[in-house]
Amino acid sequence: MERPAIKTHNLTKRFGDFTAAKDLSFEVAKGEIFGFLGANGAGKTTAMRMLCGLSIPSSGEANVAGFDVYRQTENIKRNIGYMSQKFSLYEDLTITENIEFFGGIYGLSNKEIRDRGSALINELGLEKEKKKLVGSLPLGWKQKIAFSVAVLHDPSIVFLDEPTGGVDPVTRRQFWDLIYDASDRGITVFVTTHYMDEAEYCNRISMMVDGEIKALDSPSELKKKFGVESMDDVFFHLARGAKRSDN
Amino acid sequence: MVDVKVQNVSKSYEKGKVLALNEVSFEVEKGELFGLIGPDGAGKTSLFRILTTLIDFDQGEASVLSFDVNKDLKKIRKEVGYMPGRFSLYQDLTVEENLEFFATIFNTSIEENYDLVREIYVQIEPFKDRKAGKLSGGMKQKLALCCALIHRPKVLFLDEPTTGVDTVSRKEFWEMLKRLKEQEITILVSTPYMDEAMLCERIALIQHGSIMSIDSPKGIISKYPDPLYGIKSADMSRLLRLLQDQERVKSANSFGEYHHVSLVEPDSANMDRLLDSLRMEGLEQLEMKPIKPSIEDCFIHLMKEQHGETSH
Amino acid sequence: MTQFFSFIRKEFYHVFRDSKTLLMLFGLPIAQILLFGFALSNEIKDSRIVISDLSRDEGSRKVIEKLSASEHFIVTRSDLSPREIEAAFKKGDIKLAVLFPARFGEDLQHLGSASIQVIGDASDPNTSNTLITYLTGIVQDFQSQNRRSPGSAPLINVETRMLYNPELKGSTNYVPGVLALVLMLVCVLMTSVSIVREKEMGTMEVLLVSPLNPVLLVISKAVPYFALSLVNLAVILILSSTLLDMPLHGSLVLLVALSSLFILTCLAVGLLISNSTGSQQMAMLISLMGMLIPTMLFTGFMFPLENMPWALRAISNIIPSKWYYIIVKSIMIKGLGFSAIWKESLILFIMMLALMAISFKRFKVRLT
Repeated sequence: MERPAIKTHNLTKRFGDFTAAKDLSFEVAKGEIFGFLGANGAGKTTAMRMLCGLSIPSSGEANVAGFDVYRQTENIKRNIGYMSQKFSLYEDLTITENIEFFGGIYGLSNKEIRDRGSALINELGLEKEKKKLVGSLPLGWKQKIAFSVAVLHDPSIVFLDEPTGGVDPVTRRQFWDLIYDASDRGITVFVTTHYMDEAEYCNRISMMVDGEIKALDSPSELKKKFGVESMDDVFFHLARGAKRSDN
Repeated sequence: MVDVKVQNVSKSYEKGKVLALNEVSFEVEKGELFGLIGPDGAGKTSLFRILTTLIDFDQGEASVLSFDVNKDLKKIRKEVGYMPGRFSLYQDLTVEENLEFFATIFNTSIEENYDLVREIYVQIEPFKDRKAGKLSGGMKQKLALCCALIHRPKVLFLDEPTTGVDTVSRKEFWEMLKRLKEQEITILVSTPYMDEAMLCERIALIQHGSIMSIDSPKGIISKYPDPLYGIKSADMSRLLRLLQDQERVKSANSFGEYHHVSLVEPDSANMDRLLDSLRMEGLEQLEMKPIKPSIEDCFIHLMKEQHGETSH
Repeated sequence: MTQFFSFIRKEFYHVFRDSKTLLMLFGLPIAQILLFGFALSNEIKDSRIVISDLSRDEGSRKVIEKLSASEHFIVTRSDLSPREIEAAFKKGDIKLAVLFPARFGEDLQHLGSASIQVIGDASDPNTSNTLITYLTGIVQDFQSQNRRSPGSAPLINVETRMLYNPELKGSTNYVPGVLALVLMLVCVLMTSVSIVREKEMGTMEVLLVSPLNPVLLVISKAVPYFALSLVNLAVILILSSTLLDMPLHGSLVLLVALSSLFILTCLAVGLLISNSTGSQQMAMLISLMGMLIPTMLFTGFMFPLENMPWALRAISNIIPSKWYYIIVKSIMIKGLGFSAIWKESLILFIMMLALMAISFKRFKVRLT
């Protein structure tokens, strides 16, 4: 069997006497679309930062794309892609300039940037817009471009932090088409979302409550297990008891 | 009585280059819970800012509580509550200080209208000495709502109060709105989450600065033109691609567990033929059943319709 | 009124809860004054001086004796030619040179007046300034001891020449400059940033939608910084008089009154900046580029205005701090009254009124 893209064991992060993430143990298979759900403040961001090599865990083990999160953070960063709702592209650069910049910092050669950049622009049908400033584009387009740029260097894993927040329903679906394509190419997708229908699109879901993973399974198994109709109910069922989230 | 009236309002930015609102018209009755449903950039915030007298607009008329938004700024500002998109709190003031401050600038005190905010405030009261910046999203949202309510406004404008807040807090928030409705406060709320539309009495679906449809959520759903089916199989992404290529399929969209499909000729014979051809393609565990459309189905349908019209 | 006070209380919360703001508010003026205090030692002893005595008579010898006896000076040589003096300065081991012209004693005796020339190293203006003060004192002492009859003491003119920095900028010029700079910084920067921060946070939207009168909003923003500026003024004045022996020859009341006028002018500028920008960085940048740098360049406390081309001098006239700088110098150092500075005060007053009018008029009751 292929080595998992992400493997953690008892991964923990403490800030003082506050445990933001506690004993996280899970595996994500190569090419899997892994939904990472949880209430605000449940510890999703902390966990994601550790996996991206941005924050050193307090204890436990984690291996991302074959590299250790304690010692090989630089290798991890080279092998992952990242996009979030808050920051994705430079608004004051054109599409082409963004592609050149991000291609450059991930060490692609000029030829690779040119080839993959024009492929990306063709695929998204942006031939006419490529010289436009990103800031002038509709949100949905920005997010689609941002995703394509995040996987431009063919990372093993791409981390998506609420990538579709506020995007219209049609574009949201187009965005998920892109995610499926990436997954078909063998890229592992690690995604957080507040849209519960999107949770259904994931192969497996993990639910974080109060810093711990309270449930981890495929959407259909989760619904069966809790005897409910929708992912929304699953989420509500689990997060309602949270002490830390908001109450 | 009509509390909010908008007639043919248009608004553009950057000297007419960007059209934010295109001849928008609607009315909100006293005591109504009215939802503006649409994605980011649809024009929701512009509309809220016009109604709260914060910005000008190019043409049309708008009034709140029968006061003209262009002429009676002061009168409107006394009577309305407003919660902008980002929770507008002073991050370096405590929960209590924030509430007190907003109470005094509205010439009132916490005590005076405590009954109105009590239910919400008790949930954050244990943290009243905590700085607002240190609160979680859901608590900030509750505090911001308290601040917007503290002067007992007649009309409440809530611009995307649930954005970025998790499902549990969102559910709680809508519960609070329902209880406020009992106090006869007119509420205008905007949201990009289509599922929240069902919780409003009436909604306007808005996209690219135009209102595509206004009605009660049920009314909007009843206007969906075709019978809708949910379909699923073992390989959902392949199923979707195959559906979109089928001639007898009018539209196919992913909707979580099931794809939603409408057919060109929606009869059971056609349905069987579709299933047969999908089986021929090797799809397993196929399941198809009639379903009721959701607001999101209607939104997608209207968007495509609108897009079709504009592109011709 | 409760609205007003609660607003002001809130502003003070903002100020006192942000350590960076506090540091800027109070750390900066104190640091500037202290830095300056260390650069300037009050008492200077055993400074090496040289003398060129072309007269070589009784008069000059007596003066030289008195100088040598002083604890402030060590006369290293007294037989240099005027030409050798420059060389001695360049070697850097002397602080002051004194030249007695030929016939010094004779002139003193017969004409009742004579001159000595003092050459100072103005690349170290503070030291030179102090030394010349000492020297002048010694010479005056000499004069009064040698008066022949009451009322007709022999007159010795001390002609001072400064090498390398003829303008002689020193502590007395520095304190008024720091005063202008710090008040400018506090008022313009803090006011504009605090308003723009509300725009950025989105709280401005809520305030505008509230029944709070926009004029009240602007005033409530200005009052705390006005008060803090007065505190700053007091801190600077106390520090400069205790640490730097900075004189205050004129009226304190007049100084505070006209400083308040300057503070109001600065507040108006801050309000104006906040009206025309939407981000804190932009507000900061405009405040720094638009106000602080001109204050340093054009008030004359760092670079002499007299040496500037007319175009720059013309520009300097529209910088409020230039006028304030003149006012402070006149009051503190020259001890002049209002009658001597009413022109500068009037200019400042008109500037203040104009800026206030513009910023109130331009304050947007709406978002743009």
